[in-house]
Amino acid sequence: MASFKPTKIQIYPKLGEKVTQDTLYWRNYKAPVQIKEFGAVRSIDFSPIAPHNYAVTASTRIHIYGPFSQEPVKTFTRFKDTAYSGRFRSDGQLLVAGCEDSVVRLFDVSGKVALRMFKGHTKGVHVADFTSDSYHILTCSDDYTSCLWDIPNSTELTKYKEHTDYIRCGATSKLNKDLFVTGSYDHTLKLFDARVQKSVMTMDHNQPVECVLFYPSEGLLVSAGGRYVKVWDLLKRGQPLVSLKNHHKTVTSLCLSGNGQRLLSASLDRHVKVYNTTNYKVVHNFDYTASILSLALAPEDESVVVGMTNGILSIKHRKISEEKQEAIGQPRRRPVFRVFVKGRNNIPKQEDFLVSKPVMSHLAKYDKQLKRFNVSKALDTALESWKKHRKPEITVAVIKELDRRGTLKNALAGRDEQNLSQLLNFLIGNVVDPRFASVLVNATEMILDIYHAVVGQSSVVDRQLVRLQELVEREIDYQQDLLEVLGMLDTLFASILPRKGLPCPSNSGPNGLAEGHSGPQMKVS
Amino acid sequence: MVEHAAIRVVYRGGSKINFREPVITNDSRFLLCGSGESVKVYSTSTEECVHDLKGHTDLVTGVVLNPSNHLQAYSCSADGTVRLWDFTDGILIKTFIIGYHIYSIHVSEKHLGVLFLVVPMANEKGSDLLQLVAVHLPRTGDQVVETSELSAVLCDVSPNPSAVSFGTGGEYIAAAKGLQLEVFFFKKQKSYRFFLKSGMNKGVNNSFTCISCHPKEDCIASGHADGKIRLWRNFNQKKEYTYTTMHWHHNSVNTLRFTPEGTNLLSGGIESVLVQWRYTQENQKDFLPRLGAAITHIAVSPDGSLFCTSHADNKITIIQSSIKVSAIIQGLVEDDGVQTDLMIDPRSKALVLNGKPGHLQFYSLHRDKQLYNLDIVQQEYIHEQGLDQFQVVKAAFDTHGDWLATVEERRQNRSELEINLKFWAYDEQTQSFVLNTTVTTPHEDRITAMCFSPSPETTLLVTTSLDGHFKAWLLADHSDTQESASWSCDFVGGYHLLKPGCLCFSADGSLLALGFQEVVTVWSPTSWELLTTLSQPPGALRDLCFGRLSCSKYLLGTSTQNQLCCWNLLTCSLEWNTPMDVSLLQADPLSENMAAFCSQSGSTDLFVFKPSEPRPLYSKKAICTGKVERAIFAPRDQMLESSDEHSQWLNRSQLYFLTQHMDLMTFSTKTEEDRLLASSKQLMVDDSVAVTPFYLLLGKHKQEQQEKQEVLNNPLAERTQLPQGSIAIKELLETPAHVLPSASFLCSMFVRSLLMSNSSTRGEGEPAEDEMESESEEVDSDEEADPVHQRQDLCGSAPGPVEDVGAPALSKAQERELRRVRKFDHSWLSSLVDCKP
Repeated sequence: MASFKPTKIQIYPKLGEKVTQDTLYWRNYKAPVQIKEFGAVRSIDFSPIAPHNYAVTASTRIHIYGPFSQEPVKTFTRFKDTAYSGRFRSDGQLLVAGCEDSVVRLFDVSGKVALRMFKGHTKGVHVADFTSDSYHILTCSDDYTSCLWDIPNSTELTKYKEHTDYIRCGATSKLNKDLFVTGSYDHTLKLFDARVQKSVMTMDHNQPVECVLFYPSEGLLVSAGGRYVKVWDLLKRGQPLVSLKNHHKTVTSLCLSGNGQRLLSASLDRHVKVYNTTNYKVVHNFDYTASILSLALAPEDESVVVGMTNGILSIKHRKISEEKQEAIGQPRRRPVFRVFVKGRNNIPKQEDFLVSKPVMSHLAKYDKQLKRFNVSKALDTALESWKKHRKPEITVAVIKELDRRGTLKNALAGRDEQNLSQLLNFLIGNVVDPRFASVLVNATEMILDIYHAVVGQSSVVDRQLVRLQELVEREIDYQQDLLEVLGMLDTLFASILPRKGLPCPSNSGPNGLAEGHSGPQMKVS
Repeated sequence: MVEHAAIRVVYRGGSKINFREPVITNDSRFLLCGSGESVKVYSTSTEECVHDLKGHTDLVTGVVLNPSNHLQAYSCSADGTVRLWDFTDGILIKTFIIGYHIYSIHVSEKHLGVLFLVVPMANEKGSDLLQLVAVHLPRTGDQVVETSELSAVLCDVSPNPSAVSFGTGGEYIAAAKGLQLEVFFFKKQKSYRFFLKSGMNKGVNNSFTCISCHPKEDCIASGHADGKIRLWRNFNQKKEYTYTTMHWHHNSVNTLRFTPEGTNLLSGGIESVLVQWRYTQENQKDFLPRLGAAITHIAVSPDGSLFCTSHADNKITIIQSSIKVSAIIQGLVEDDGVQTDLMIDPRSKALVLNGKPGHLQFYSLHRDKQLYNLDIVQQEYIHEQGLDQFQVVKAAFDTHGDWLATVEERRQNRSELEINLKFWAYDEQTQSFVLNTTVTTPHEDRITAMCFSPSPETTLLVTTSLDGHFKAWLLADHSDTQESASWSCDFVGGYHLLKPGCLCFSADGSLLALGFQEVVTVWSPTSWELLTTLSQPPGALRDLCFGRLSCSKYLLGTSTQNQLCCWNLLTCSLEWNTPMDVSLLQADPLSENMAAFCSQSGSTDLFVFKPSEPRPLYSKKAICTGKVERAIFAPRDQMLESSDEHSQWLNRSQLYFLTQHMDLMTFSTKTEEDRLLASSKQLMVDDSVAVTPFYLLLGKHKQEQQEKQEVLNNPLAERTQLPQGSIAIKELLETPAHVLPSASFLCSMFVRSLLMSNSSTRGEGEPAEDEMESESEEVDSDEEADPVHQRQDLCGSAPGPVEDVGAPALSKAQERELRRVRKFDHSWLSSLVDCKP
């Protein structure tokens, strides 16, 4: 006949964000490695050449770290003042850096002393970058100018004086050696063409621009300034495409993922947000401990490096995926495939007598007890499992099942001190949980009914009962406060909503808002 | 309003098969049980209904095998007759008219020709005291026999048939009622009574519920309401009787039965566990647990190889003696009323309603058989009295049958209501519904109505509840997440804190009408905008229904205060209304028609109308007593082509309804009945073979083949007989010799014709004839069908070729023709004879 139906364990919905492919991808990083630098980390740049070392500009030095080492493999210390924007050339051989003392220095990655010094700016240089032909250098300075330099001669080629405030960011085109874009504190972005020696496009960001970034196709440009991240379409004469406002403090750094499908923005509000570049929705969010100044992603998103104002460099390495692990570790010996399919395809002959084996269904321990109507034992095993696995759902489900069978009272009664205190422990831990409250409050009442005669006989139980009482009182206070807040919100909503001829049903109900909070609980089976 | 004789209300199944104990035949191949007004014969191996023995005009209250002929069975009924049936052929043999309401029937092998019936006491008309009477059956050959010779055996017996039992092959009869056990010995004509002390003051109810006598020894087993079983011995005297007590059941023992050898005692009760006690070793028990519902009767086959148990959920379980379930015969389950509406599963076209506790049943309307049960609650059912159980209270299918939504609720006496809303997806692979989403507490109070949107673009469900809100549930597709698609709440709405009672979607799903007590609100499901409100004359709304097809601009509503209103949605005004107490309004999904059931003075009238005109297409008064609460239009699998105006509404779909007594009724037309009758005749099958679907498929085919074979064989036999009986030969022999042609001329031809005829008959049997021959034979056998006609034909046209026969040299073609002519008949001779004079 029909077999015993096991107790249904309710699956409670996981609160918070939904698990998407993106969440899984961006969550798949190891715990961060943290390195203390001497000052705020201004810039991070990955070498385009394997093994993808990265240069970290902080205070008056530039450290170059290897992909897995936590000690710098190289240090450049020849700066008189705060260094800015250490960048690798596309061949990974040269490194350029600006400095607060207005001198731009060019280093050989293997050397120590600066190969070239570019002097011509009058104030600190915040941006220094190579052009795509790797023979020129772009620098942007606080003296409102940006310059192009020739590397071999270390001479200034052109000086652009179009901005009217500090230029704090700039980017060179990877496809055209003559194009570069600069963003300034005068709220504008300017696209310059070295062939005509002037800006060819100006875009108004409305905020001091902190960071600019070309898309790999260079048809789109991203700028960050203030709390906004804006995307511009360069092919449509710099038409603004989207304006994203997902941070609540100034966005300081931008970065694209390895495949160009995701945009990352870091902000002083200590968050890094990941956007989908097709619909510009936030798909993931990283939290950090301090305001973030710089952000970089290793090629193929192998690691996320973040520099913060308190001088801490945080590096997250990607977890090695399963297949790779398999390849690295010893392959586990498994039984041969034939073992599994043995007899699977055997077709019984006509004279064969088929003996069907009844399929034994596995029952959990508490279900076995429930099947035998051992209610007390079922509750005991359920409590045991709570102690072991800390899964209150199971215990609550068993209590609910006992209640449905009308035998909860029998199961709760007749317990000694130890058993009772175990039960009370469970209740203290879970009775105020809104998911379980409806079931457990009922059980708690029953316990009090059953054992009120023996109160005072055991100090352990008494202490627990007092704790339980405190817990419930506190919870009642909370609920009262929440209801007050709800009432306030209701009046606010009622006054805000415009009067319509027809009632707006979704919000006009007295507890229209409450629907959002205590909405139905969902589960998927 | 005219009554139309062409349309009748007919009973369409759903009757109880568990009302009385079923009977297994001697060969254990059939099972007989009373089912409503008929006795049904089921095959024990295939669970298929073999015969439906119809004849009684009231409830059948008992079936027993005829002890003198094991191929016959008696059945008694509340109509006061006992009928004798030949159940293998399904023939009514005799009818005995008793004249009283018969409660049960008992027979014994010791008392052949005597029936023991439980009938009301004759002298006291009003009282409900019953007596057991013996009826001597008169030995007459008549079909209908009046019997008036009743001799009372026991007075004051229980109406429960299991409280009466024959002992030791009929030496005594034992009957129990209340706290008293009475044993009557036929030989001594003396009865003894034994009393139990009432346990009421101790809080136990130890009254008798059932008894069973040991077939070999003097022992009576009695079941009690407190779950105890007592074995009585030594009861042939007043004083020194003894009894032993066994206790396993925690609720009343419903039924007890000894196996034919007396080695085992079977008992069953509400726990739905079949307990097998070893006789004399009472502490050894075997259990068959989880039989599904409370056991009401147990029957054992005469050879002891099969047991069967009747269950409270209209089910008969057939169990092998090794305590293993072998077959289940399941009828329509209707325990405590139908909570869900009647629905039609769009895929299987089965009727769907709540069945066993926590289940939905799919019931085939055409075969009067339950197809399967869908477990909605998915919890172990605890068989205990007074326990709050989860009940499936609402269910809804979407238009294609891809989604099923169910609501289950449990009202606990102290704490609040528990409601679960479940969404089930149809799985093509397993051909059943799989749970997709569970929503606990979808509303704060009872859900009053639930409906899927019929629009093909969205999968949308709307629920209304007494908490004053309605909610829209959407299938959210989380293609970007790991989870599969699940349902979530999309919109919560209300109207002035009124309680919504009913809802209806328009046929295309573009409008949603919600009845908030007295106000009809019309919403747009795409934007959730309140489009308009229609005021209803006083009285809360009961039903709302959109018109369909050509009447889609109308919205119909019924109120508790006897109003049927029709609004025009284009003008938002009342089109017409009539004062009618409509208890149920049902729209035909395939036509514009609406059916309104109106309860009037204790009975229900039916009106079928189109919303466009307030004139009924069809009306019938008093279709049944009591209120009709549930009805459904079931689409026909084959359209009727009735042109009669009054029966046209039945062309596309059929209207089924449930009466207060939970009988499933339908409307049928004359033509349909004729067709059904014809098809049932066609389906008459040989009972010697168990009827399986395979047999129906292959067996009929085989029969046809057999017949064909016979047809092929027969002509041979006829052919060989032909020469003797032929008139031609007679004529030839009777004609005077002198008028005949010369004997030599005739003889050679005559002999040759005989030869030819012989060779041709052989040709039938031997396929190794030459092509030409067999071909001509085919023509021959084809024409065999109408030999007389052929003969006449030949008589007219024969002379030409016959003249040629005379010529010594015949061309080959001519010869062939001649041969063919000869083969047909010998009448060529007669023609010859005719033309000679």
